[in-house]
Amino acid sequence: MLTDEERREIETEMARYPTRQAVCVDALKIVQHHRGWVSDEGLQDIAALLDMTLDELDAVASFYNLIFRRPVGRHVVLVCNSVSCWMLGADRLRDACAEASGAAVGGTSHDGRFTLLPIVCLGACDRAPAMMIGNDLHGNVDPAHVAGLLERYR
Amino acid sequence: MERVLTANMRADGAPDRQAYEKAGGYAAARQAVTGLAPADVLSRVKASGLRGRGGAGFPTGQKWSFVPMGADAPHPKYFVINADEMEPGTFKDRLLMEADPHQLVEGIIISSYAVEADVAYIFLRWAYKLAASRLERAIAEAYEAGYLGGRIFGSGYHLDLHLHVSAGRYICGEETALLNALEGKRGNPRSKPPFPAISGLWGKPTVVNNVETICNVPHIIGRGADWFKQASRTGEGGTKLYGASGRVKRPGLWELPLGTPLGELLEEHAGGMQDGVRFRGVLPGGASTDFLTGDHLDVAMDFESVQKVGSRLGTGTMIVLDDRTCPVGMVRNLEDFFAQESCGWCTPCWAGLHWVADLLCDLEEGRGEAGDLDRLASHARLLGPGHTYCALAPGAAEPLQSALTHFRDDFERHIREHRCPWR
Repeated sequence: MLTDEERREIETEMARYPTRQAVCVDALKIVQHHRGWVSDEGLQDIAALLDMTLDELDAVASFYNLIFRRPVGRHVVLVCNSVSCWMLGADRLRDACAEASGAAVGGTSHDGRFTLLPIVCLGACDRAPAMMIGNDLHGNVDPAHVAGLLERYR
Repeated sequence: MERVLTANMRADGAPDRQAYEKAGGYAAARQAVTGLAPADVLSRVKASGLRGRGGAGFPTGQKWSFVPMGADAPHPKYFVINADEMEPGTFKDRLLMEADPHQLVEGIIISSYAVEADVAYIFLRWAYKLAASRLERAIAEAYEAGYLGGRIFGSGYHLDLHLHVSAGRYICGEETALLNALEGKRGNPRSKPPFPAISGLWGKPTVVNNVETICNVPHIIGRGADWFKQASRTGEGGTKLYGASGRVKRPGLWELPLGTPLGELLEEHAGGMQDGVRFRGVLPGGASTDFLTGDHLDVAMDFESVQKVGSRLGTGTMIVLDDRTCPVGMVRNLEDFFAQESCGWCTPCWAGLHWVADLLCDLEEGRGEAGDLDRLASHARLLGPGHTYCALAPGAAEPLQSALTHFRDDFERHIREHRCPWR
């Protein structure tokens, strides 16, 4: 069941588009914002609200890099692996993140605190290597300082 | 030189509506909406020669001129801003949206008026959190002031503007994939024709333009087409936000006259190469452009000149290759990106890009064989123009085919030595 709050937020978005289906990306993001990810049940509830079939909605949900269809940790760590960051040590940064967070690439740490994922170009190429933790962008990251950086995210 | 697009930018946040107006902002929108006919706005933008800054360089006025106009035209018409900046190596629209969001809003008002659009959307990539919050605020301020919504500037013109934040997928930057994504569908590109100007969002006439393109429009209306033309070095019109990343001394962005030479950008603005490394090549305008080399430093970075030497201006944000970086590894990184981000619709793209990525992986891991370079070249041809619905695969072919030409020795060394010499 969608919560009242989730439903209200989704209905607010409806004013901005002429069809219900067009709201689906916003709806997926709203549910993910509240729950961390989008479960099969969440998907069904959104599909029913927006008059979409489950297949139509999952085709959209699974299309995007940042809609999570599996549980993630409290903080999602996204390490850019595109060209400018790759040239300036993205692989070492990724390995440092794995070590400091306790999460393997593509996985979640045992304490449920961090999920570590590779991400395509973050558009911060002048600050390579770059990464995001939750909503925060970090540029010019020295792998030696990653542990201290992650400490700020409890 | 005089900065235009970045004139209002300062270190401590974006100007609010009052500050933007104090610096002359919204005067052009007011003038257009209350004093000019849509056809006059269109003819001024056409006369300016403005070309799209998103990568393809299509003439903006010409794109607008395909939209049906007049009493019989279908409505609602849509104006969509492509702010899904995901081309690797590209970070210019981020600055424009973070540092002067009202400039974009003003550009949207004028451009939408020119095609008599009823609703506008900004399609923003997920990662640009700061841009999202600043745009939201700017849009709210513009509504409060009566610059959006009904009776804009007291005229009869009505425009609604919405911010749509996507969820991260490169292909959504392709204009017809973007339209499908906005409709709540999987973001696969559409077959063209019909072009969006005739049948776009929900089948209605739609224009899709890049952020930087539309940020130019208030200045063209305010200062005229002749001024715009002379603001460039080579006559193509306007300034350009150039950028550089890689092992240069000062990676960053610079607003300069369109047509500034490549070597001048790299030496004077990017500060040259970092100590101890040498320049080997550059992707002039993002990941999907052909490599240029030290032979091309005199080339003016405008649309025509870069095309003449076999590449494209693209987004104008350069990715610099140095001698500590393996060119094969760099191309492999790019092709892995394109293979992952292909939407999976056309066979040369979804299958071909993975074959290319596998061959490059083999080369990097010391498993390359005689014949691999011919196979890569043949894939580059199959990925090229004419075999797919959209430009993703042709774009992916550009760095590959040009690397095979310019860095042939490095590719051959990988095969001969059964290893990557840079590791």
